[in-house]
Amino acid sequence: MTKSLKGFNRRAVVKTGLASILATGVAPLVLSRGAYAQEYCNAPTGDSVTLGFNVPLTGPYADEGADEQRAFELAVEHLNGDGDGGMLPTYTPSVLTGQGVLGKKVAFVTGDTQTKADAARDSARRMIERDGAVMISGGSSSGVAIAVQGLCQEMGVIFMAALTHSNDTTGKDKKRYGFRHFFNAYQTGVAIAPSLAKAYGNDRVAYHLTADYTWGWTTEESMIASTEKLGWKTITPVRTPVGAGDFSQYITPVLNSGADVLILNHYGFDMVNSLTQAVQFGLKDKMVNGKQFEIVTPLVSDLMAKGAGAAMKGIYGTSNWDWQLPDAGSQAFTKSFGAKYGQPPSQAAHTAYVQTLLYADACERAGTFYPPEVIKQLEGFEFDGLGNGPTLYRAADHQCFKDVLVVQGKETPANPFDLLEHVDTASRESVTYDPAIFGGELGPDTAAMC
Amino acid sequence: MNAILAQLLNGLDKGGAYALIALGLTLVFGTLGVVNFAHGALFMLGAFCAVAFRQLITLETVTLDPEKLSPWGAPLEIRTPLAQSWFGDFGGVLIEYSVPLSILLAIPVMAIIGIAMERGIIKHFYKRSHAEQILVTFGLAIVLQELVKAIFGANPISQPMPSVLRGAADVGVWLGMGPNVLTYPWWRLTYFLFATAIIGAVFAFLRFTTFGLVVRAGMADRETVGLLGINIARRFTIMFGLAAVVAGLAGVMYTPLVPPNYHLGMDFLVLSFVVVVVGGMGSLPGAVAAGFLLGILQSFASMTEIKSILPGIDQIIVYLTAVIVLLVRPRGLFGRRGVMES
Repeated sequence: MTKSLKGFNRRAVVKTGLASILATGVAPLVLSRGAYAQEYCNAPTGDSVTLGFNVPLTGPYADEGADEQRAFELAVEHLNGDGDGGMLPTYTPSVLTGQGVLGKKVAFVTGDTQTKADAARDSARRMIERDGAVMISGGSSSGVAIAVQGLCQEMGVIFMAALTHSNDTTGKDKKRYGFRHFFNAYQTGVAIAPSLAKAYGNDRVAYHLTADYTWGWTTEESMIASTEKLGWKTITPVRTPVGAGDFSQYITPVLNSGADVLILNHYGFDMVNSLTQAVQFGLKDKMVNGKQFEIVTPLVSDLMAKGAGAAMKGIYGTSNWDWQLPDAGSQAFTKSFGAKYGQPPSQAAHTAYVQTLLYADACERAGTFYPPEVIKQLEGFEFDGLGNGPTLYRAADHQCFKDVLVVQGKETPANPFDLLEHVDTASRESVTYDPAIFGGELGPDTAAMC
Repeated sequence: MNAILAQLLNGLDKGGAYALIALGLTLVFGTLGVVNFAHGALFMLGAFCAVAFRQLITLETVTLDPEKLSPWGAPLEIRTPLAQSWFGDFGGVLIEYSVPLSILLAIPVMAIIGIAMERGIIKHFYKRSHAEQILVTFGLAIVLQELVKAIFGANPISQPMPSVLRGAADVGVWLGMGPNVLTYPWWRLTYFLFATAIIGAVFAFLRFTTFGLVVRAGMADRETVGLLGINIARRFTIMFGLAAVVAGLAGVMYTPLVPPNYHLGMDFLVLSFVVVVVGGMGSLPGAVAAGFLLGILQSFASMTEIKSILPGIDQIIVYLTAVIVLLVRPRGLFGRRGVMES
């Protein structure tokens, strides 16, 4: 055994080291799990924890935003033990008790994104800096979601994206602090193609009208890729401004383009307007190339189907979820939402509700609101009972993988809410892809003081 | 050729809306010398006359059907419009034709709003600078749109067109081109005809009535007309009311094309000013000609062939045209010497 030089030995080094650790205050971080007080943005200190719900209450996606807000409020109600509990009993594996989160009552603040990226960032920043929100959720526009996700990464606040469908959200613009439960444009393309081939054949010419921003671009790209694989041809896509209102000048050229399918890469009120206007132009009654002219809306919701009315009949699209699904989780949520608001929830409401529960559960499992620990709980998490069947939060890109629904506008609705018919399901395996195809980097999970 | 004709029709129907809005705007400028930034709000208020009328006649009684349950287990609500309960089939007709019928509501409502706006606020700014007029009328527009938002909410509210005017007319057959070669929506054709009729009526009113003669004389030389003992201010107030009615009617008939929301006026505000400037400030024929010109140009600029050569041209064509027109003819297409010139 060798004596240490100059009076240092193993025991002395350990003693000195421990004393230094205790003196510098690093000890709590190393020795006690879950005790991260004030070491991250908006660490809750009182008996409540504040969540920020950032949704569009004005602009072309306002319908979806209003429904998201209803769902967020319902989720908070259920987390705090009020109401009938909704999906809490069906969600597995879950440690949620209906007594708040980590013993704290859940409070929330809301903001109007106006369906604009800059307004959404301002609103999210206000929630974080002024209201002390420890998590931000919302979306209804991928442009908005990506902008807010970037801000949340900078500020070290988890962003549980609600309605955002662009490939970029969990692709090239993915962030460590951002998580998406909703499906994406790539999955829409893969899911809808077999139904389109079955209904309309393999010899078609498609004309795309595309919302001119990230969601429109990636939806167009995914739809072109999947329909061209079927053998369809594509006419040069036309980009349209978001919130255009009157799309007639873009629809008129379709009449003489030689196309026999119009693919409307529009969402929200834009889709309602472009679809109803396309039908007014008689497109659905037209015969082109010896075939019946068809219209496809890659992403649809009940709210849009309601807005479009009869124009939606027979139109194919995809959805993340539908309130008529028979599983226990979907039925519990629909019952709870319907009883409170007198209408069934939309897919936007569903994803908003689910994301709030998933975040709360991750905090409970982590035993802390400390974001890096909550992120670890969400990454690679497998769950069920939230309406989509077995679902994976993939660690590599924070994208959820689950079945995708192919729906069609119902010809003879049984009631005012019975608007979309679930015609096919694309399995989780069939819509799973290599995360490398969209690039991007998640970035660090370093906690930040906002 | 068919594609060009289709775009031309589209340009005419878009131009009809632009011309109607710009006509009222330039009428106010030509008579009162006021740059009215609240004019777009008048278009929006007209659209909401149609919304209000429909909401009124579709007020419902709600009864619960204990036999049937909603998907969430509550008794199913059965909603019956009062108009149908009270008037039977006639109630159904009222609902079916709610948009054209709401013109009857919009005319007096818009006239009252226009006259109240002029008497209550705008008359106090006649002798102020154009910048001050713009500020006060812009503020007024914001107040009006926020009021509508508070009452009707932020979301667009669909207004169905009568079923006889749904679908598309086979315009190609009318032109001897064979069936299904050139089709165009019935309601858009109706809108174009409606716009043309209103424009014609306004011109006829100004051209063939004594009232119109006095107004035109007042527009040319207000002081001299006043010296003749004619109360020109009162007539100009009525013209403001007329401009509000024209904007309102344009808004009413526009509702089946694009569901109106509180922001509708602002969407048209800048565009209508560009139309007036291109046409020539204060020139009625100029406003109409520029409205149709810009509508047609915007429509053609949206053609795939044009966009593939000049991407994004559809978004800037209106402003690009304004720049070119102002460079070549600084007073606009039909502008008069001395208007807004020191």
